[in-house]
Amino acid sequence: MSAPPTPHAELPARTLVGVWSALVALTGALVAANRYAPGNPGIVATMVITPAKVSLVLWYFMHLREEGRAVRYMLLTAACTITIFVGLLMLDYSFR
Amino acid sequence: MTAAGHAAPHRDDAGSRMGMWLFLLSELLLFSGLFIAYAAYRSIHREEFHHAGAELNAALGAANTVVLLTSSLTVALGVRALRVGREREVPRWIGATILLALAFLAVKAIEWTTKYRHGLFPGRPELAALPPGERLFFGLYFAATGLHALHVVAGAVVLSVAAALVARGRVRSDAPVVLENAGLYWHLVDVIWIIILPLFYLAA
Repeated sequence: MSAPPTPHAELPARTLVGVWSALVALTGALVAANRYAPGNPGIVATMVITPAKVSLVLWYFMHLREEGRAVRYMLLTAACTITIFVGLLMLDYSFR
Repeated sequence: MTAAGHAAPHRDDAGSRMGMWLFLLSELLLFSGLFIAYAAYRSIHREEFHHAGAELNAALGAANTVVLLTSSLTVALGVRALRVGREREVPRWIGATILLALAFLAVKAIEWTTKYRHGLFPGRPELAALPPGERLFFGLYFAATGLHALHVVAGAVVLSVAAALVARGRVRSDAPVVLENAGLYWHLVDVIWIIILPLFYLAA
């Protein structure tokens, strides 16, 4: 077990509302990009905006900023595992 | 031992939170199986996934995203209220979250009902007559959104129990981990929907 997380100052409510506003704005940008710039630009927007939204939820709403290294490494390991699986899958299909 | 001779109840907030994160990761890997299957089949049936995606209502998908993001905000505000000692606010924030969960499920029910009427539902002959790629798309769509909807229901129940414990004074600001863990589960439900939106609703 890692050391207990360092105490953090509680986030102000307006910061949480600001994060929510950013998430809604990013959702609008994602939908607009896929509607008005389909194809590669839409895919690039999805690859950038979706991880950004997930990161905002993890960091602020799920208090990942307060967690120790163990939880952060666990998450990183899971993300890397999924990325490796998808990457190997795509490589497999690309060279068939 | 306390002066009365009773052992103090054991508490391990750090362990509790670590256990919750491990559980959330197992949930993430559960959905990842579906997402990897989606990636595999989409690479084989690009055009058919594109056509099938056009049958989904992107506006409703985006609206439901805003509903879930707002519910994540109300949960975060509820957890914050507990942590700063404003326990009386918690049931209101969690109540708002439950209402938003019901709104999400109502929109989902409208979507599924519409798909059923159009024959785009598992077991319907109209769906069976579609090309293989489109059948796979709708199979994955119903599996992912159905599994996600079950998680929404479970999350709403868990949050209701946690809010009731706060209202009865059994979860307090000096030990908020029960509500924090319930909130973590709810945020995971939000994270999974954030991934589902572009995969299915914006696939066209």
